Amino acid sequence: MRHLMNPLDFTVQELDQLFDLAVDIEKNMDKYAHACAGKKLATCFYEPSTRTRLSFESAMLNLGGSVIGFSDAGSSSASKGESVSDTIRVISCFADICAMRHPKEGAPMVAASRSSIPVINAGDGGHQHPTQTLTDLLTIRSLKGRLSNFTIGLCGDLKFGRTVHSLINALVRYEGIKFIFISPEELKVPDYITDMLKEKNIPYEEVIRLESIMPQLDFLYMTRVQRERFFNEEDYVRLKDFYILDKAKMELAKKDMLVLHPLPRVNEISVEVDDDPRAAYFKQVQYGVYVRMALILTLLNIKVY
Amino acid sequence: MLNVGKIEEGFVLDHIKAGKSLSIYHHLQLDKLDCTVAIIKNARSNKMGKKDILKVECDINMLDLDVLAFIDHNITVNVIKDGEIVDKKELVLPKEIKNVIKCKNPRCITSIEQELPHIFVLADEEKEIYRCKYCEEKYRERL
Repeated sequence: MRHLMNPLDFTVQELDQLFDLAVDIEKNMDKYAHACAGKKLATCFYEPSTRTRLSFESAMLNLGGSVIGFSDAGSSSASKGESVSDTIRVISCFADICAMRHPKEGAPMVAASRSSIPVINAGDGGHQHPTQTLTDLLTIRSLKGRLSNFTIGLCGDLKFGRTVHSLINALVRYEGIKFIFISPEELKVPDYITDMLKEKNIPYEEVIRLESIMPQLDFLYMTRVQRERFFNEEDYVRLKDFYILDKAKMELAKKDMLVLHPLPRVNEISVEVDDDPRAAYFKQVQYGVYVRMALILTLLNIKVY
Repeated sequence: MLNVGKIEEGFVLDHIKAGKSLSIYHHLQLDKLDCTVAIIKNARSNKMGKKDILKVECDINMLDLDVLAFIDHNITVNVIKDGEIVDKKELVLPKEIKNVIKCKNPRCITSIEQELPHIFVLADEEKEIYRCKYCEEKYRERL
């Protein structure tokens, strides 16, 4: 039995198979409409995350399965002091697969070690959020036709943003990727990431102004400066507007550059950019459903012919 | 010069960094063994200047070499039988250590679920970096 804890749990070949399946799902939704009939997905969300939870639930419903679960710790047995290990043993009796989000890092891994059903890490604190990374990779692959040979700019909170760290770790396995990190000094990408890039001889640049590097980019991955990652309100207010993508900056970009964002956005992408054909962040949400459908089928070992 | 007598069966842990012997004594849980232990601190050493030595008279299967290797893999482990050195064990960094150190990341699941074992995995052998199995937080201090 297989679980998904980290985006690197799958080899590049396994990811290719997963993405091929997601592409086939996108083209032939009807073919998969009953693939999970009689199967149940448990969404165990110990902290609220409407977007990720609904994406999982939508994926399972699209596959003809059903969904049970809870959407915050207060409505689960955790509020009575039940351990994650006990909860997953119980959930294993009710469902066929589980997507778990937990504020504590490593909680889904503890669950997986005790579970008799596949467990998907749907986000554990600031640690991992593998299905977001799979979503990002599928979006890039679908919209550009490849996962190699491009320059990607990552902008905003590169220090605390787990989606950024996971995406970098996933992309370094492909050839010809150049990274440009755009952030204020306070939110720079951590040293262990730049050390890893140096070790692997992967080109990267660190800049503080978005405008100067716009013409080089094939992708621009924007991130939100998250209030909860700051220790004080003053720092948050000072930094949150640092990098706002607007129409003027988009004019500096290549005609086929694509803008991605894990969402939700606050104001880092001006709404005027939404109508630009290069704005791909809402398509990205749709790819998130396809990749979660492919993941559920893969982990349940269900083949559709 | 202080003289400590020979042991018949057990271990002589040599080339311990000066001042570290008590920490090793506790982490090997020698305080829980009913055996003779000699702790020699600040002995003269040609190689190290000063060093600590531990002499432990016990069954030779009772020592957890993984814990010792994690603390300092440069320690020399002499195995003694019938009063003679019969083996010198080479310490290698263990791939995984369990319940020797605790994860200090307040966001780690081990911070709220007390019954979970604290497991650290060797993430980088060259740099001797261990990471928590659950949250991947780097272990920063050496014992």
